[in-house]
Amino acid sequence: MALSKKTLTQMYETMNRIRMFELKLQELFAAGEIPGFVHLYLGEEAVATGACSVLTDADMISSTHRGHGHLLAKGGDVKLMMAEIFGRQTGYCKGKGGSMHIADLNLGILGANGIVGGGGPLAVGAALASKYKHSDNVTLCFFGDGASNQGTTQESLNMASAWKLPLVFVNENNGYGISCPQCKSMAVVDIADRAAAYDMPGVVVDGNDVLAVQEAIAEAVKRARNGEGPSLVECKTYRWRGHFEGDACTYRCDQELKDWMEKDPIPRFEAKLLENKTLTEKEVEKIKARISEEIDDAVAFAKESPLPPVSALMDDVYA
Amino acid sequence: MSEKTYLQALNEALRQEMEQDENVFILGEDVGQFGGCFGVTQGLFDKFGEERVIDTPITESAIVGAATGAAFSGLRPVAELMFVDFIGVSMDQLFNQAAKMRYMFGGKSTVPMTLRMPQGAGIGAAAQHSQCLESWFMNIPGLKVAIPSTPYDAKGLLISAIRDDNPVVFLEHKMLYGVSGEVPDESYTIEIGKADIKREGSDVTIVATSQMVYTALAAAEKLKADGIEAEVVDPRCVLPLDTETILESVKKTHALVVAHEAVRFAGPGAEIAAFVAEEALEYLDAPVKRVGAPFCPVPFSPPLEQHYVPGVEDIVEAVKSIR
Ligand SMILES: Cc1ncc(C[n+]2csc(CCOP(=O)(O)OP(=O)(O)O)c2C)c(N)n1
Repeated sequence: MALSKKTLTQMYETMNRIRMFELKLQELFAAGEIPGFVHLYLGEEAVATGACSVLTDADMISSTHRGHGHLLAKGGDVKLMMAEIFGRQTGYCKGKGGSMHIADLNLGILGANGIVGGGGPLAVGAALASKYKHSDNVTLCFFGDGASNQGTTQESLNMASAWKLPLVFVNENNGYGISCPQCKSMAVVDIADRAAAYDMPGVVVDGNDVLAVQEAIAEAVKRARNGEGPSLVECKTYRWRGHFEGDACTYRCDQELKDWMEKDPIPRFEAKLLENKTLTEKEVEKIKARISEEIDDAVAFAKESPLPPVSALMDDVYA
Repeated sequence: MSEKTYLQALNEALRQEMEQDENVFILGEDVGQFGGCFGVTQGLFDKFGEERVIDTPITESAIVGAATGAAFSGLRPVAELMFVDFIGVSMDQLFNQAAKMRYMFGGKSTVPMTLRMPQGAGIGAAAQHSQCLESWFMNIPGLKVAIPSTPYDAKGLLISAIRDDNPVVFLEHKMLYGVSGEVPDESYTIEIGKADIKREGSDVTIVATSQMVYTALAAAEKLKADGIEAEVVDPRCVLPLDTETILESVKKTHALVVAHEAVRFAGPGAEIAAFVAEEALEYLDAPVKRVGAPFCPVPFSPPLEQHYVPGVEDIVEAVKSIR
């Protein structure tokens, strides 16, 4: 493991932050405290964490409807995210966007996206801007297995490759698009195979192994920064919850979920960190306690925050 | 006749049409075992199997295009998009392909395709999942656009849409799925392009669509207390638009308010106001008033979203300003 203790600790923290953030949302949604749709990232923490761990603040990501994990991994503010999900004035989007539309351009977060496949072309544009300005920033485009079937995604892969853009396509293959299993929506088994059609590297990694994700993305990002063009990294993972909170999830079997939960990315990583003495049990406890407090503070902040005044309805339609 | 929800009425229409015509089939995302995003296709997969209730990949262009291609190849597809907002992804297949085929080919082809899409605000789904887009489709010659408000209308119009030899855009309001009303058990049709008078009145015509029909009916009750009898006309389809029924009503009441949830600016009300001004200006005692959503995307936060959707008071006020 060539990564520094600091990096590894940060990755461990991020995974736990995502986990606790989502578990808290699950609880709050069930209690009827959150309006709208909530799509949780539980079980997929290693993907966003591993991928974003190699980025700088100036690098960018495009996200999806299941965006909380990406945003937190890119450094999104827990309080502002929570307040936005609660629809509060103090939230990232002043309560106008909600869970599916959180953005923080200062952190290179180009926005979660309610349109499946909507992020690909935006990521192409961001990567084009980096190339245009001769900066060495890289853009990561997160997209699901379902989204990989959208024309927009395929068009983006093609354009990014034709123009050799500094872009990494990070496919989160959790096996389903809502209720539709991958085998019913495409003939290929590995989405990474599609990279061949665009003449870019396509790699498959264990998406529940944060270090494997980190390594693959690091390689792809290096290529991108060197001007060698885009790559497609497919991370095989699984979503623990239904598609959205409230989804009865009758379309997949309990055994499948159980099997995947045994591959929980967090204990796996934790065991490694303890084993090679990067962290002690005590440090682990402390990290978890601190993050738990952080999340509680964010919920309190959100709940204490005012709802937006109706006078704000017409603000921000135009610049 | 029995009490059914709007959702059940739609489901029954689909089932009965599939029973009576084997060329009718369903395609869309999660329409199979899952039963559709809002549950409209529930049970149909079990009854008709995966050959007739087809789960597609997430790929709206191909859904609308494949439905169009299948339609001019002799089938009667009923495609579903989960939210009308996703039509943007597939707009070319709808407005350049489906809508234009017959005309461009000199009348050689028919496109008996139905495209069901839920629209509207109210569930905190934010800007990309809450729009009312009927005015987009109204501007495309070659399409028909149904926008039913009641369970009865939903069933009869959907059956008509499926049997129609033209592409019909069928707009459901997601806040109406739970609304119930009397719906005959047997199959029946409602003429596409025929308005319905939901409430008779003598003092003002309120033309209202979809969910706004209920808002208009509630406004009419309020106005009654002030001695104003409103007639509520539900066009049920915005393309073709039953201008005749609207004109007749205006000639009787001498005043017109149009209410819809689509944005007011360049919304369907603009067309209705314009043709009434052209055809019946001399019957009007006052300017036409339009009630519609403000010119902004649909906000997420509940108080903003509630404020965004036109309410009973908005219609009452509009009527009072001219009556
Ligand atoms: C254009 C468009 N079509 C359909 C939807 C509805 N929808 C939201 S998420 C989703 C499934 C996406 O699956 P995938 O890309 O695999 O991501 P996952 O949910 O598995 O993370 C669908 C069909 C949408 N939001 N946008």
